[in-house]
Amino acid sequence: MLQRVITSIVTLFLASIVVFVGVRLLPGDPALVLAGETADPAVVAAIREQFGLNQPIWIQYFNYVGQALQGNFGVSTRDRIPVAEILLQRLPITLELAGLAILVGVLIGLTAGIVSAVKRGSFADYAANAFGLIGLSVPHFWLGMLAILFFAINLQVLPASGYVAFTEDPGENLRRMILPALVLGTGLSAVLMRQTRAALLGQLSADYVRTARSKGVSRSREVKHALRNSLTTVVTVLGLQLGALIGGAIITEQIFVIPGFGKLIIDAVSARNYPVLQGAVLVAVTGYVLVNLAVDIAYAYLNPRMRLAGGAR
Amino acid sequence: MSVLEVEHLRVEFGTENGPVIAVKDVSFTLEKGEILSLVGESGCGKSTVAMSIPRLLGDSHVTLGGSVHLNGVDLSAYSEKRMQEVRGKEISVVFQEPMTSLNPAYTVGNQISEVLLQHEGLSRRAALARAVELLELVGIPDAQRRTAAFPHELSGGMRQRVMIAIAVACNPLVLIADEPTTALDVTIQAGVLDIFRRLRDNLGTSIVLITHDLGVVADIADRVAIMYAGRIVEMASTAEIFAAPTHPYTRGLLGALPSRAIMQANGRRRLTDIPGLVPSPSTDPDQCQFAPRCASASIECTAARPTAEPVAVGHTVSCYHPAVGAML
Repeated sequence: MLQRVITSIVTLFLASIVVFVGVRLLPGDPALVLAGETADPAVVAAIREQFGLNQPIWIQYFNYVGQALQGNFGVSTRDRIPVAEILLQRLPITLELAGLAILVGVLIGLTAGIVSAVKRGSFADYAANAFGLIGLSVPHFWLGMLAILFFAINLQVLPASGYVAFTEDPGENLRRMILPALVLGTGLSAVLMRQTRAALLGQLSADYVRTARSKGVSRSREVKHALRNSLTTVVTVLGLQLGALIGGAIITEQIFVIPGFGKLIIDAVSARNYPVLQGAVLVAVTGYVLVNLAVDIAYAYLNPRMRLAGGAR
Repeated sequence: MSVLEVEHLRVEFGTENGPVIAVKDVSFTLEKGEILSLVGESGCGKSTVAMSIPRLLGDSHVTLGGSVHLNGVDLSAYSEKRMQEVRGKEISVVFQEPMTSLNPAYTVGNQISEVLLQHEGLSRRAALARAVELLELVGIPDAQRRTAAFPHELSGGMRQRVMIAIAVACNPLVLIADEPTTALDVTIQAGVLDIFRRLRDNLGTSIVLITHDLGVVADIADRVAIMYAGRIVEMASTAEIFAAPTHPYTRGLLGALPSRAIMQANGRRRLTDIPGLVPSPSTDPDQCQFAPRCASASIECTAARPTAEPVAVGHTVSCYHPAVGAML
């Protein structure tokens, strides 16, 4: 387990290098963007000096990491607001969206997967499979626009876009989050549905399910036996899908005009706002690594055989 | 009245390549406290018989025929819901594969408790306490601590003991053991067979023991039914089967036992084998199914199927040319 934590830290360290270098590989000069198209070379040089952009990249990196470890991600090149402050302000919004999307994905995906595996070959199974195929194939941006067209414009039951803070008006906040969460959660639920179905079908024919049957338990108990052993697969997929979820969140926030992390990243890219971009991507990467660490811990709980091997006990 | 009465059991599987009749016509009775052994080679349908008694084949592609009476009550008429009340409570099963028959995600104590919670209406705490007793009953040392163990922490022999503990938890009338010792080391087999014997002696459990191992049969069974190609071809007490086997197939099986090897002229022992292969289970012609492999086969063997006829008290055989007397 300790080993796993160390691996996570190394991963984070490597990721920070990739992010740092990657950001600088983007075409375009932040000093030029800030100074404007027709700026005086002296102004550009001054801006470079101010943000340390004239130093060798490795020095920039160590300065950055040193500060970042103390919670200082620099200041936004655009409005001089500390990046940490911006991140703290935007992060909860995206976390809420992602959380709701995962809730939607797990509720729909797991339920559909279980039903289609248990009622294999039934109409419900075919319906779930069709849903899974469509959910996997349809891109977020198109689904988002369809959802706006249908629910916001035709039915006029939900707002098309915009964001209201939860602390301001919880009801309105949730009302406005329904569509984005559904759009973002659909792809996830499709993947989860297919994986749950496949895993559960495999487990339902296992010997221990027959043993459960020989004990005289009900069909639902039999399914529970099998489901418990299918969850390892489901949790793995959920962890892996989180990367896709972050990508999806960027697009979804753009469509529904939600001022979350995704929108922050897109805006930072177009403004060549290095500190903000770095900070945002680094936090996203950290989140991804932490979730996968949590997945590994969940394994030990779900699969007792892993406990001895991993020494998590 | 017999505890278990199986009459004209027929099991047909629908497959993509047409129907497979795994069990063609099997009838037998089981008395209280009796250990009846069902013996035959792989594919003779013995495991299918075992699984169809508590209706564990439970697939839409399975067609069951005949009847199963438990203490005089016809189970064939029972709904799936009522069968759930019978399974684990009145008829329980010990399976062949101890390595995969327990759920890897639940503790041993949990898996034993489940059957008690299902049928005995015990509290969780009481069920767990009973689980400890059951583990002690099947000879697992340090039973209290073992209830918290997961199956992968136990050896194959231990797991099979846990399976037996689950099977006997509700003190069933009939215990069906499907090759319970096949996957175990010989040294452990004896211990497991001993548990069955104790259950029968102390609790009066009736046991159907499925096996292909005649050594196991000799050790523990009261009565033996020899199966071939989905039918019982000979049935007698264990002593009688070994002393005076009459069906050519039974004699063939015994001849293949090392302890029965035939002394040759040069003083070396030789094992005999049965020539030919088990017939295809997709057809059921009106003839003796063993005839193509039988040295004593005559024209009448392929003209009509022989019926079970008594040759001695409690000894029946389905053969036109039953052998008389002991083997060499």
